[in-house]
Amino acid sequence: MTNHWIDIKNADAVLIMGSNAAEHHPVGFKWVMRAKDNGAVIMHVDPKFSRTSARCDFHVPLRSGTDIAFLGGMINYILENKCYFKEYVLNYTNASFVVGKKYGFDNGLFSGYDAAARSYNQSAWAFETDERGAPVRDFTLSHERCVFNLMKKHYSRYTLENVSATTGVSRENLLKVYKAFCATGKPDKAGTILYALGWTQHTVGVQNIRASALIQLLLGNIGVAGGGINALRGEPNVQGSTDHALLYHTLPGYIALPLAQWQTLAEFNKANTPVTALKNSANWWGNRPKYFASLLKGWFGDAATPENDFCYGLLPKGEKGEDYSYMYVMDKMLHDKMKGGFVFGVNPMNSFPNTNKMRAALDHLDWLVCAELHHSETSDNWRRPGVDPKTKKTEVFLLPSAHRVEKEGTISNSGRWLQWFDKAVEPGGQARNFADIFVPLINKLREMYAAEGGALPEALLKQNWPARYDAEEWARRINGFFWADTKVGDKTYKRGQLVPAFGNLKDDGSTSSLNWLYCGSFTEEEGNKSKKRDLSQTPMQAAIGLYPNWSWCWPVNRRILYNRASVDINGKPYNPAKAVIQWDGSKWVGDVPDGPWAPQADQEKGKLAFIMTTNGYAQLYGPGLKDGPFPEHYEPAEPPVERHPFSGQLRSPVYKFHSSELDKFARAADPDYPIVLTTYSMTEHWCGGGETRNVPNLLEAEPQLYIEMSRELAREKGIKNGDGVIVESPRGRVEAIAMVTIRLRPFTVMGKTVHLVGMPFAYGWTTPNCGDSTNRLTVTAYDPNTTIPEAKACCVNIRKADKLTEIL
Amino acid sequence: MKCTRRNFLKLAGAGVLTLTLGQLGINIDEAMAYAGKLKIEGAKEVVTICPFCSVCCQVIAYVRDGKLVSTEGDPDHPVNEGALCAKGAALFTMYTSDHRLTKPLYRAPHSDKWEEKDWDWTLNQIARRVKDARDKDMILKNEAGQTVNRLESIFMMGTSHASNEECAVIHQAMRSLGVVHMDHQARV
Repeated sequence: MTNHWIDIKNADAVLIMGSNAAEHHPVGFKWVMRAKDNGAVIMHVDPKFSRTSARCDFHVPLRSGTDIAFLGGMINYILENKCYFKEYVLNYTNASFVVGKKYGFDNGLFSGYDAAARSYNQSAWAFETDERGAPVRDFTLSHERCVFNLMKKHYSRYTLENVSATTGVSRENLLKVYKAFCATGKPDKAGTILYALGWTQHTVGVQNIRASALIQLLLGNIGVAGGGINALRGEPNVQGSTDHALLYHTLPGYIALPLAQWQTLAEFNKANTPVTALKNSANWWGNRPKYFASLLKGWFGDAATPENDFCYGLLPKGEKGEDYSYMYVMDKMLHDKMKGGFVFGVNPMNSFPNTNKMRAALDHLDWLVCAELHHSETSDNWRRPGVDPKTKKTEVFLLPSAHRVEKEGTISNSGRWLQWFDKAVEPGGQARNFADIFVPLINKLREMYAAEGGALPEALLKQNWPARYDAEEWARRINGFFWADTKVGDKTYKRGQLVPAFGNLKDDGSTSSLNWLYCGSFTEEEGNKSKKRDLSQTPMQAAIGLYPNWSWCWPVNRRILYNRASVDINGKPYNPAKAVIQWDGSKWVGDVPDGPWAPQADQEKGKLAFIMTTNGYAQLYGPGLKDGPFPEHYEPAEPPVERHPFSGQLRSPVYKFHSSELDKFARAADPDYPIVLTTYSMTEHWCGGGETRNVPNLLEAEPQLYIEMSRELAREKGIKNGDGVIVESPRGRVEAIAMVTIRLRPFTVMGKTVHLVGMPFAYGWTTPNCGDSTNRLTVTAYDPNTTIPEAKACCVNIRKADKLTEIL
Repeated sequence: MKCTRRNFLKLAGAGVLTLTLGQLGINIDEAMAYAGKLKIEGAKEVVTICPFCSVCCQVIAYVRDGKLVSTEGDPDHPVNEGALCAKGAALFTMYTSDHRLTKPLYRAPHSDKWEEKDWDWTLNQIARRVKDARDKDMILKNEAGQTVNRLESIFMMGTSHASNEECAVIHQAMRSLGVVHMDHQARV
């Protein structure tokens, strides 16, 4: 979230799209209701009427996979009706930047497309620069190739007629949402957008969110109280586990995975440290070498010196363009390229798409280590229904893991609040937390390498690795230490003392930090700030519910990101009643500002508002993504239609997919699979259900797999409420109980009727008779930027079951 | 004492009980003695956090004699204000579930059953398999002759259920082995 849970109450309009917030974040949803109590208009745009819709002013049903069409229509509405906040757009976005002559867009394809490689050469989208390398800008917005005019031209195709024909949303409903939300394009109004996996799990997932960024920037809703783009993060610590990078492509703190082409630290830094020609751009990522050196120092300790590149050479290096994400792991597994691995606290044999492929792939492993609270469809894959265990070779080590109440540490909530939890009781049985598994395992390996030698032993032996795990010790490591006596202001810190803030991190080996974003969370002066429970606030902070003294939040306890855009260029709040920060002539008050510098108008000491972008402006035009600088509508990998009105390019030209014999796809408008399927979870079960299905009271509340369908579809198929149903896609067959409901309605798309059904994915065979993985139906097609699978839209068919075997 | 909402509720709750029953002239000693044995009386309060969605509602765990006796939403927390959803409310039964795994288990190749093992044996076995794969498959140089120090045949999946500190441990452990195939729920 750019903002945080409580801040939602400050909104004048709340647009919930790609999320069923009341169902999945029931307690957080109270802040939406608080906004409603304060007079805000609440809107839910979603294929299904749900608990969220029931609490909203209105629900607008949308065909799954057409969010960009809907949002593109809103962008067009804003530009046509001049609802944008012009001063904000000019001062804080790249609307005025002139794009180079190589940029083009024709019939659904941006310039630079290589059809054979299914990829774009992004250099074709670069900005025009002057002799200093600075972007050419036209603040009159009259240049035909300035971002504002290109955007206007791009979205002129997103007429009400085209959007309605594609999305299945009526013109009246489109206008209802556009008018209500665009009313926040005033300086003293704020609108927030709440989304979740309903936006990310598409082959255009990243561009769904980019489209919302365009809207929020045009309306001046980023950086302000009650504004922002708020990912309602699902998983308990998915914010923290992303920051700390349990991901292939980054190191902790959003530092790129080193690639083979960067053989030295200097080469890495040259490629990963942006440079700006604008002297008033803070260009914060210019500090990246300090953060990386401090990370390496944290990992390798005294073994890391400037002379040996801080042991950079020992890190694994990826190959450029190679995808090491889990969809590719599974495909490589199927093709016998994996020997073994660790699956901790995740249940891919239930929650990965095209589960039949995944289950078959797992059989190819020599060994597997799982850490879980219960047996799962993953740990017990070798005895799944229909297979003979004797034919399955995989050795499995199943480790009992500790429950939250049995361990201590921090997690980061969706609003980036770092909160400490204490250990209440000892782990049940012989269960262990994850770190008490990996710390001794690595120590055993270090002993073995010291005694026996082997491949690259120094990568293990040079680690700064403890004998035993202690959560608070690791919280300190994450914050970081001084490794040499250092003077900061009037104070001298000794070697071994905690670094007070990331502004003090250095690239010379004198500091360490396992994650620069969290530097400042644990200090000599204030101790462990994640334990803070102080509700005090200044009146200005209390007016927006900032709670700066409760826990701590990254970065530097800034509760609302990009808050320099909540004020005009002189530092005066656009909305004084809900001010986030304010310049009092010599300093900022309110929230921690996005950098200490004077306001933007100060030619000498001031800085541009968006400090994380190279040139200081938010990006309406984003030349860095794999699928284009502007979001464009494409159909899902399995479209229920043969064409759409925006271009001749039916699907994204660059989405990723697999093509093994187990990766099958329906054709466009396939008569065998004419129905759109979307998938979701529910309050009573947690994701794949591996934990909650084993809690009797929760299983009783939601006992079995169901399929929601409209009355019209049920009638067409001769299915009654409560009937057993067979659901089939090209990849699999799933049994479910019919839930015939008015919550789903047929859509009219391009003049024809398109039905949509919805299914939860919380059920699996290890819980007897409740149904098995819904994901046996979903597709192995992915977003080109993130490789997130398209779990929210694929095509299926349904029929009444003669008898059921999975649900009894 | 700082009067937080929770303290206030406790005081008010105690007050109501004494005033109403006491004023009616009923001897409440026996009832009080019984109530004293219930749930949270004398239990230590420990602040924890619900392990599900990232609203991260704070929870008070009540512990007596080393045993969890109750869990409830933390009324002082400015986000959840004491509230919990159905899953959060089921935390206690989750913890006490007899379905939980309590010992390391091992399934041998082609076997049809699990065997109980101790931690030391289990970690030694895993370490041996990791080392064998790493020693055999470590790619020191790629085809272009560049140093890559990469181990492609072992992977790590998970988890957003880990704390930040556990994540830091896992990431460092995996990179020290040379693992590049690492991923978790952020990508699903």
